[in-house]
Amino acid sequence: MKLEMGTGTALRNIIGRRFGHGWKRPFSTATCDVENQHSANANTNAKSINLYSAINQALHIALETDPRAFVFGEDVSFGGVFRCTTGLADRFGKTRVFNTPLCEQGIVGFGIGLAAMGNRAIAEIQFADYIYPAFDQIVNEAAKFRYRSGNQFNCGGLTIRAPYGAVGHGGHYHSQSPEAFFCHVPGIKVVIPRSPMQAKGLLLSCIRDPNPVVFFEPKWLYRLAVGEVPEHDYMLPLSEAEVIRKGSDITLVGWGAQLSIMEQACIDAEKDGISCELIDLKTLIPWDKETVEASVRKTGRVLISHEAPVTGGFGAEISASIVERCFLRLEAPVARVCGLDTPFPLVFEPFYMPTKNKILDTIKATVNY
Amino acid sequence: MTFCLKNSRNIISKLKPKVGLLSLMKQSSDCCYSSCLNHSNHCNFLPVTATSPFVKQLKNPDSNSHKKGRFFVFERFESTTAEKQIASVPNGEDNQVLNFPGGKVIFSPEMRFLSESPSLHAHCYRVLDDNGQLIRHSNFIQVSEDIAVKMYSNMVTLQTLDTIFYEAQRQGRISFYVTTIGEEAINIASAAALTLDDFVFPQYREPGVLLWRGFTLQEFANQCFGNKADYGKGRQMPIHYGSNKHKYFTVSSTIATQIPHAVGAAYSLKMDKKDACAVTYFGDGGTSEGDFHAALNFAAVTEAPVIFICRNNGWAISTPTSDQFRSDGIAVRGQAYGVRSIRVDGNDVLAIYSAVHAARKMAVNEHRPILIEAVTYRVGHHSTSDDSTKYRPADEIEWWRMARDPVTRFRKWIESNGWWSSEAESQLRSSIRNQLLQAIQLAEKVEKPPVKDLFTDVYDDLPPNLREQEKLLRETINRHPKDYPADVPL
Repeated sequence: MKLEMGTGTALRNIIGRRFGHGWKRPFSTATCDVENQHSANANTNAKSINLYSAINQALHIALETDPRAFVFGEDVSFGGVFRCTTGLADRFGKTRVFNTPLCEQGIVGFGIGLAAMGNRAIAEIQFADYIYPAFDQIVNEAAKFRYRSGNQFNCGGLTIRAPYGAVGHGGHYHSQSPEAFFCHVPGIKVVIPRSPMQAKGLLLSCIRDPNPVVFFEPKWLYRLAVGEVPEHDYMLPLSEAEVIRKGSDITLVGWGAQLSIMEQACIDAEKDGISCELIDLKTLIPWDKETVEASVRKTGRVLISHEAPVTGGFGAEISASIVERCFLRLEAPVARVCGLDTPFPLVFEPFYMPTKNKILDTIKATVNY
Repeated sequence: MTFCLKNSRNIISKLKPKVGLLSLMKQSSDCCYSSCLNHSNHCNFLPVTATSPFVKQLKNPDSNSHKKGRFFVFERFESTTAEKQIASVPNGEDNQVLNFPGGKVIFSPEMRFLSESPSLHAHCYRVLDDNGQLIRHSNFIQVSEDIAVKMYSNMVTLQTLDTIFYEAQRQGRISFYVTTIGEEAINIASAAALTLDDFVFPQYREPGVLLWRGFTLQEFANQCFGNKADYGKGRQMPIHYGSNKHKYFTVSSTIATQIPHAVGAAYSLKMDKKDACAVTYFGDGGTSEGDFHAALNFAAVTEAPVIFICRNNGWAISTPTSDQFRSDGIAVRGQAYGVRSIRVDGNDVLAIYSAVHAARKMAVNEHRPILIEAVTYRVGHHSTSDDSTKYRPADEIEWWRMARDPVTRFRKWIESNGWWSSEAESQLRSSIRNQLLQAIQLAEKVEKPPVKDLFTDVYDDLPPNLREQEKLLRETINRHPKDYPADVPL
């Protein structure tokens, strides 16, 4: 399934490199050019590749451009269980790309130490479902490293990558979306890409960002999502949401694999005369409230959708913030179409998931409120 | 050199015809060789001691283990040499060898479990006796008068710092304090044996390491008062020191979380080919945390130049070591992870100094982790929030404070060398005391960091949500100034 993006997106990509919000982000040796992915420019080399290949490209570039970058985690040496780290050990050597023992708290703790010495530590957690042993290191150490030291020390070079989300048959422990736990932690960033092209640019930004980042990769899309990905080194900005479909009747907000489901719902809604605006949040913390708010001011309605269970999910934060800011503009309650409050089931996955029709029904209910 | 070789030769002569133990001997002699690189160094590093389970079984006449024991060849440790040894010895009787992913093992028809604990504990390295006199035949690194006196002065300073700051907490001038009473030798002697290029990852009972490196009494006081001169910008409780210019990473209250950090840092130093190592400290309680096990395992696998120093002081708040673990202390755990380890008398300055010195050499030159278990006693309470007489006898505390004081013990040694006197003693103590009182008085008067430092450093830069929150907070402060402390500038 290909994710198609409208012209608004193309435009956004070009200007996406703005340095607004008074925020500076030092790049290492990256280029600042953003290629319009639809241009047939002879200088643009873009190939149609899937998500894990895009991730792989980003990692190759990260290690190539920074001799102090390392990739480590369980099974990364032979290429990784999802092939994201293919070819890295051969190319950069086993002192820079190496297997770790089976121990997530060790992976992250080691990564913090490596990052604290000024290196780019790119740690892989094999499945987001297994990230919890590292939660103490992430919350109590990585997130507070700079603050508690009065900025004498930092572990900004740390990036933790983990595949997350439903895969059709993953059950309890190969399908989780734990992003909400991490969104409650000041001091780290949480980033989730929706496509191969986004993944490469966002991952490079995360790696080069001077703050510790948790990067969740939608495993459902590793093979299924195929798109044009420029071959060169490029970065996409963090904390900037993107309007990937313009509309006027209702704003939809999501991230990762869920966006393609939401897009299908938008297409169906259009047949019923409902014009939907779809926003990819991309960075969950710190998140781009301005873009979402501007859209809701236009449409007066908002629907948030994520695979993670609805209670306490990140949709709750978005909902509360939008209500605070846009209460009088809202024409209907903020809607959330999310996973159920259960462990992720196997046989019942189709019932658990926030499907296109659940979203479509909610779009109509919200618009007709 | 001679001490180590003699030991291993004795073992070798007893074991000569025994196939399986060749690898162990090679291991032991290799171990001694490398630890004896410095000719003045004779530390008794594991794995070979008189108490190791293998040797014990040998001494047992009923044991058949010398013929049929199962011994692992550690390929990475021995490379090809041990393999040659195995191959060159004729296979006796039923001795078959399995080549499996972990290495070669020799089969045994006898079902023999490894004992859960040896009847003798791992030896504890010591140089000075309880009266501060050199033990006969003790092997240690010579220490110059300058270094010895500097170590002693630092120990006295640490002791005095603790006494005065503890008092300050009792008087309500600072909110919290943690003393290092009884563990001055571990703090100062280990710091003295390291170099300033080494990176330190402390738990929280190692301010002496920072003191040795040059952190001033005023800097200590500033952090405890959380004033605007505190490098931590007033964000953390007292004693959570950190100083990048001294390569001393900021203390966090969480136990053992720093241990894997040290491994990552050590790996970085190895990659940069620095003549430096990472050092991390923790208590007996900390060794129960998962992070300890994770870190030792990672250090062994990544061959990181890191020194793990465990202050086994007998107590984790109110929990005695008998409620903490059932292994023979901590040193044997290193062995389990493939980490060279030693147990040392933690109240013996010279023993700590020598052990850390040797450990550093091995760590840096051989790219290996070393575990040091420093056996000591926590004379003070866990912290100012604790009254340890509630869970241990007051006379036990007193005994350790008086009879086993590491400061007094070292003082006896330097005095016996003519390097110290009671005049020097009283002069030092009163000078330090005055400096400390002044530092406290000054730190108390300095204003706190400004409110903006509540929001800075969460990220490298202020994100929009924090800018908004700061704005709203300032509006609230304007409306209700009396809700807020007067000593925090706006």
